Amino acid sequence: MEHLSLPALWARYSPALVPILAVFTALVVGALLIGLTGADWQAAYIGLWEGSFGTPRALADTIIRSTPYIICGLAVALAFKAGLFNIGAEGQLYAGALCAVVVGTTLQLPPVFHIPLGIIAGALGGAAWASIAGILKARTGAHEVINTIMLNYIALRLTDWLIKSRQPLLLGDPTDTSGSRTPHIAETMRLPGFTLGNTNTLHLGILFAVILVFAVAWFFKRTTLGFELRMAGTNPSAARYAGISVPRSIILAMAFSGGLAGIAGAGEVMGVRYEVSTNFISGVGFDAIAVALLARGNPVGILFAGLLWGGLLTGARLMQVRAGLSIDVIKIVQALIIMFIAADQIVRFLYRIPQRKAGEETMVSKGWGGG
Amino acid sequence: MTQPGTQRPVVMEARQITKRFPGVTANDNVSLHLHQGEVLALLGENGAGKSTLMNILYGLYSQDAGEILVNGEPFRAKSPHASIARGIGMVHQHFQLVPVMTVVENVMLGNEMTRLGFLERRNAATQIREIGERYGLPVDPHALVADLDVGAQQRVEIIKALYRNADILILDEPTAVLTPQEADDLVRVMRTLTAQGKSLIFITHKLREVLEVADRIVVLRAGRVVGEADPATASETSLAALMVGRSVILTVDKNPAQPGDPVLTVRDLRVRDDRQLMAVDGISLEVRSGEILGIAGVQGNGQTELVQTLTGLRTSEGGRIAIADQTVTSASPRQISELGVAHIPEDRQRDGIVASYPLTENGILELYYLPPFARGIVRNEAAIVQHAEQLVAAFDVRTPGVHVAASALSGGNQQKFIVAREFSRKLKLLIAAQPTRGIDVGSIEFIHQQIIKKRDEGIAVLLVSAELDEILALSDRIAVMYHGHIVATVRNGDLSREQLGLLMAGGGGDEEQKNRGTEEQRS
Repeated sequence: MEHLSLPALWARYSPALVPILAVFTALVVGALLIGLTGADWQAAYIGLWEGSFGTPRALADTIIRSTPYIICGLAVALAFKAGLFNIGAEGQLYAGALCAVVVGTTLQLPPVFHIPLGIIAGALGGAAWASIAGILKARTGAHEVINTIMLNYIALRLTDWLIKSRQPLLLGDPTDTSGSRTPHIAETMRLPGFTLGNTNTLHLGILFAVILVFAVAWFFKRTTLGFELRMAGTNPSAARYAGISVPRSIILAMAFSGGLAGIAGAGEVMGVRYEVSTNFISGVGFDAIAVALLARGNPVGILFAGLLWGGLLTGARLMQVRAGLSIDVIKIVQALIIMFIAADQIVRFLYRIPQRKAGEETMVSKGWGGG
Repeated sequence: MTQPGTQRPVVMEARQITKRFPGVTANDNVSLHLHQGEVLALLGENGAGKSTLMNILYGLYSQDAGEILVNGEPFRAKSPHASIARGIGMVHQHFQLVPVMTVVENVMLGNEMTRLGFLERRNAATQIREIGERYGLPVDPHALVADLDVGAQQRVEIIKALYRNADILILDEPTAVLTPQEADDLVRVMRTLTAQGKSLIFITHKLREVLEVADRIVVLRAGRVVGEADPATASETSLAALMVGRSVILTVDKNPAQPGDPVLTVRDLRVRDDRQLMAVDGISLEVRSGEILGIAGVQGNGQTELVQTLTGLRTSEGGRIAIADQTVTSASPRQISELGVAHIPEDRQRDGIVASYPLTENGILELYYLPPFARGIVRNEAAIVQHAEQLVAAFDVRTPGVHVAASALSGGNQQKFIVAREFSRKLKLLIAAQPTRGIDVGSIEFIHQQIIKKRDEGIAVLLVSAELDEILALSDRIAVMYHGHIVATVRNGDLSREQLGLLMAGGGGDEEQKNRGTEEQRS
């Protein structure tokens, strides 16, 4: 309809461009930091690449590691689309993992039933846990950020207690002398997969993750309920005007979000660990916020952001070996990525610069002109 | 009454101002001049470029081309501060006041007189009183702004500019929020100001006021000056034609109403507002099919709460609402909408559309879950797009397409789209709140005709408007709302404009005025 100037083109593609540039910039700054410590940044980054995506084995590890980030990232993004900040994916993931363990240790079923049941149990566990915050928000207006953070602490400590308690014996494994894990789940609930050499099993989880990515995208784009949740998040006043119950939308959105996080937990139990231990994956729920942010809530973007996140963590080990660096350098790079993404948003927010609108141009012309 | 200002010195001149925004030229070679002691009315539809021009004068934007002369010297405003220093003051449409601070504090804000680091409140208060007496702007300097009524808040805004020694005052749509009586007061203030040598630019789209107060009229359309008019010879019709670029029918042609059975019946309705005060205090009314009941009243007298309650967005304290013989006193918005009630909300940006969503989705805001727009839980995109296209075509909504965000449309087109959407449903009752607020004359004309058309089809219409002209143009019966009560219900034509204005202001009697004062103190 109109011919676009270069700035307009940039503006149009900035949703995808900004994250890519943020990653690039973070890697450049990371290289500078590595150089400052006296290490060889090239060797470090080659190690990072080979250890994450460079070999089939590394790729398999990256995919395994990325799966929960992708699913939890979707959880955060789903809530965000409905106008909610779900900081509680961590706790919901634990709730889902524990429910999956219960189903996996108490029932004996053929895999055809046991595996779906495990996933459903995980989803319900996460959904129930998240619903606490959702209901509190809908009924009393209590802010979901505070409540999901608090529910995280409760979930973590509760898990500890459920595993460690011996009198009464709850979810702990009586045969485990250290008292730090649950029994293993039945073989029938373990996710099938394949191994390459001596890698971990590349389980079906990534397939679920991909399906969920498209399911969430489809949900928001094509379903009436997705439209309701979106509208309740974007403009609650208009949603009320349109006859939508905003409290109901809040509760549903939190439950769906928690359900996804719960599936991530169940997947981790069923595909990788076969148990929940006191050193069960931690921090995924928090990093998922970063993944969702990096992808700007776009489900397909989350697939790539999650893979990047898992890749950075997986590749860090080889980077450490090659360049003699601390593994924490990767954490710095990750933090930088998020800062560059967030800073963009903060800047836009502070100066009320409209997204991909006339704003940028007037700013520039003001700077150059007499403004 | 004022001498035409042509012989007087020019205090401000804009020469060939051009300002472009991406995709639109807001000001295209605009030239105008302002004489000392005159009221220059700047008339134009929304989006004609009035505000852009004033924002350039006031230092909020900078022009791409052209120059501004103040008292004969070139002046390029870099900030409002610089403009104020050159004696240019602006009274914005939305008051720039801090409600929790007193009048003195508001007036001093940004221009604080201090002694030894302490605010010189007393000195400033004295000055405020002096300004008030000199220009007929009475206000208590120590009152909290939040406690003042709208007219008084506006006086504070004007005082603020005068306190900063403004000689040129820009008044942006100053009467939009005033009662007819308050507007008359403002006109008197404007006369006093010009008599004492101040020069005023009066921005408005209300034709009647322009003819009443202006010494000279400049009309803007689509960023250009399309004409200058002398209020002595111009008429409302000629100005409207100039504004819109074609002749406009200002009076709505309509036949006498043919009222049928009651569709909306309200008995003794009581509703609290957000502050828990009784905003609707025992209202009873009835709207029959095929008639328009207009609710006149100054904003904030309970009309908003009344409409919200009728549409299910607010719960009532007591009373009964029935629509088409069904009691809907505590029904949800959806239940009410499904009874065949359309609602044109007063705040279209907040309630009527989701600005960031495309027209396709905005077209099915309340209908998304019904066939043909939904098949089970899945949306039917083809039907949604087709529906939006129909709405756009039926109401001549100016848009590049149905996939653009609603925010890309002008206010008038957004409103046309909303009205089109509401009218596309099977209706029994139409509740239209401020249906033409802030939109251009052409769209107003169109929407008015459509409302009349719906009435003639036998729909009951409840029209709520703060514009008395609109009430008078459309209504068959008029109910005047004041402080949560309906103080009069009359047939349109039974009372004059002035009598209605008096009722809107609380009856006019001394007794009433006193009551009003005490009620305000309580809140």
